[in-house]
Amino acid sequence: MTRGALRLVAVLALAALLLALPLLAEKYYVQFATKILIMAIFAMSLDLLVGYAGLVSLGHAAFYGLGAYALALLSPQYAGANLWTSLPLAVGVAAAAALAIGSLALRTSGVYFIMVTLAFAQMLYFVFHDTKFAGGSDGMYIYVRPVAAILGWQPFSLEDIRHFYYATLALAAGTFVALAVLLRSPFGKVISGIRVNEHRMRSLGYATFRYKLVCFAIAGGLAGLAGYLAAAQHGNVNPDMMGWHLSGGGLMMVILGGMGTLTGPVVGAVAMLALEVAFQGVTKHWQLLMGGFIVLVALFLPRGLIGLAAAARRRREPGP
Amino acid sequence: MELGPLAIQLLNSVQYGLLLFLIASGLTLIFGIMGIINLAHGSFYMIGAYLAWSLAGHLGSLWLAIPAGIVLSVAIGVLLEWLLISRLYRRDHLYQVLLTYGLILMAEELRSVIWGDDVHGVAVPAALAASIPLTETLSYPVYRLWISGVCVVLAAGMYLLITRTRLGMTIRAGASNRDMVASLGINIELVYRLVFALGVALAAFAGMIAAPVSSVFPGMGNQVLIVCFVVVVIGGIGSVKGALVGALLIGFVDTFGKVAEVSVGGFRVLPDLAGMTIYLLMAGVLLWRPEGIFGRRLQ
Repeated sequence: MTRGALRLVAVLALAALLLALPLLAEKYYVQFATKILIMAIFAMSLDLLVGYAGLVSLGHAAFYGLGAYALALLSPQYAGANLWTSLPLAVGVAAAAALAIGSLALRTSGVYFIMVTLAFAQMLYFVFHDTKFAGGSDGMYIYVRPVAAILGWQPFSLEDIRHFYYATLALAAGTFVALAVLLRSPFGKVISGIRVNEHRMRSLGYATFRYKLVCFAIAGGLAGLAGYLAAAQHGNVNPDMMGWHLSGGGLMMVILGGMGTLTGPVVGAVAMLALEVAFQGVTKHWQLLMGGFIVLVALFLPRGLIGLAAAARRRREPGP
Repeated sequence: MELGPLAIQLLNSVQYGLLLFLIASGLTLIFGIMGIINLAHGSFYMIGAYLAWSLAGHLGSLWLAIPAGIVLSVAIGVLLEWLLISRLYRRDHLYQVLLTYGLILMAEELRSVIWGDDVHGVAVPAALAASIPLTETLSYPVYRLWISGVCVVLAAGMYLLITRTRLGMTIRAGASNRDMVASLGINIELVYRLVFALGVALAAFAGMIAAPVSSVFPGMGNQVLIVCFVVVVIGGIGSVKGALVGALLIGFVDTFGKVAEVSVGGFRVLPDLAGMTIYLLMAGVLLWRPEGIFGRRLQ
């Protein structure tokens, strides 16, 4: 079999596995898989910034949190929000916030950008933590999941964990495909060009600031999508969803998987969440192990697991 | 606001600003000279505070705890630089962020293992426990004045060290061209190690002297780190002068944001949104000068 055919078989097998999972696995694993898919969306959106545009954001959780809070604020107390209106609204709110924050943060670059994105995320954290309008430090509860009703007809119910899984799977796959198309478009080429050499792109006549800003807003909106889904799944939101632990964790997923690829962040999300569970099984102080692991990845695995696999393949089949 | 309370808030803001400067100057020096962005800097502040609390408990006095704590924190700094940070000099900022983020997780968890998760108070040393009366009813604690004084002395000392000594000259040369300095026969690796240890010691020392005022609690380092980022962004990264101006500005804005009462159309803006003020200040500076007040122009 050729390489291409092999890959096709692998993709089809993976798709079949993902589609069959709710029929085979227990409830806990279906929920865990849903959580992984949500984190995969978040990590892919961050990789658009870090891996493709070369913008290292340490405040990406802010938009995740905004998407989550948007759902909480749009949900009536004892009823579900309408999925078809609340989801686009949540994504829109997150993207609009990214547009506003990006227009300031993108005036800087490099290490400033890292610090400024972290600071703005922290500012939003304080807005929700210190004021009462969204429940303060306790956050808010969402008692009923969003309802997927179209004129009274309900094609699926998110209260069913299998339906929720399939909806998340569809959105994660949609994000993957949309980003793949975006990155192959002229827009994506410009973004990659900016990462490699912004001066040159500017001298070629591209308004690089605007490209970066649009990229930042798209990534923010997708992070909002992930936050929306997380809020719907867990039934509550709190300011920690905007905290920098999630921003740092997201970066870790991107790098562990392999940045600058779309499969990388997905692999990273799977690996990180699995590791978290594994470490939690070892000791109460699992963060110590996680911290040590992150240090080792930063030192010895700069290209991530995808890079490791690619290097192994090169060793097996030396030179074309 | 009346004169008495105003004076107290002014003194408080100067004290807070100077303390922030102590921490932010280490952050900005490590970046300016070594090109390392160190997220774990706040953790050293936290470690300092916990060292002050636990050593003061064992040794009986903060005066003994501080020198012991400084020795320990310098040792931690040298060890970390040698083991980990020195491998990151030629790497992208992304990996520095990731590695130091990992260090934060480890520091927080180690803190939990060694010292637990409780909030602790540290007694003000007896010699400085007095208060100076300002008016008939108001007085100001001597200890806070002492903090300000120590910070000013250290700032002056740092200025002299960098501008007037041979070591300072080497450090400045190393910041502009590492390879050239090394080829002149100077052990630049040792200089970097010293700078990093100095930065760690400054942050830890700030934590030690702040402990009696702010108490000692989990997560205190991360809170301070983010404020220091704002200081550095406002002042201009790599600039010690900028760190001083930025820290004093933040001290002022933060302190008065918490005591001022401002309402707009029946909605209480301050102090309800006091947590936001310093970030708005940062946003303003970014609009005006993205490179910070004393920063070199970007690009």
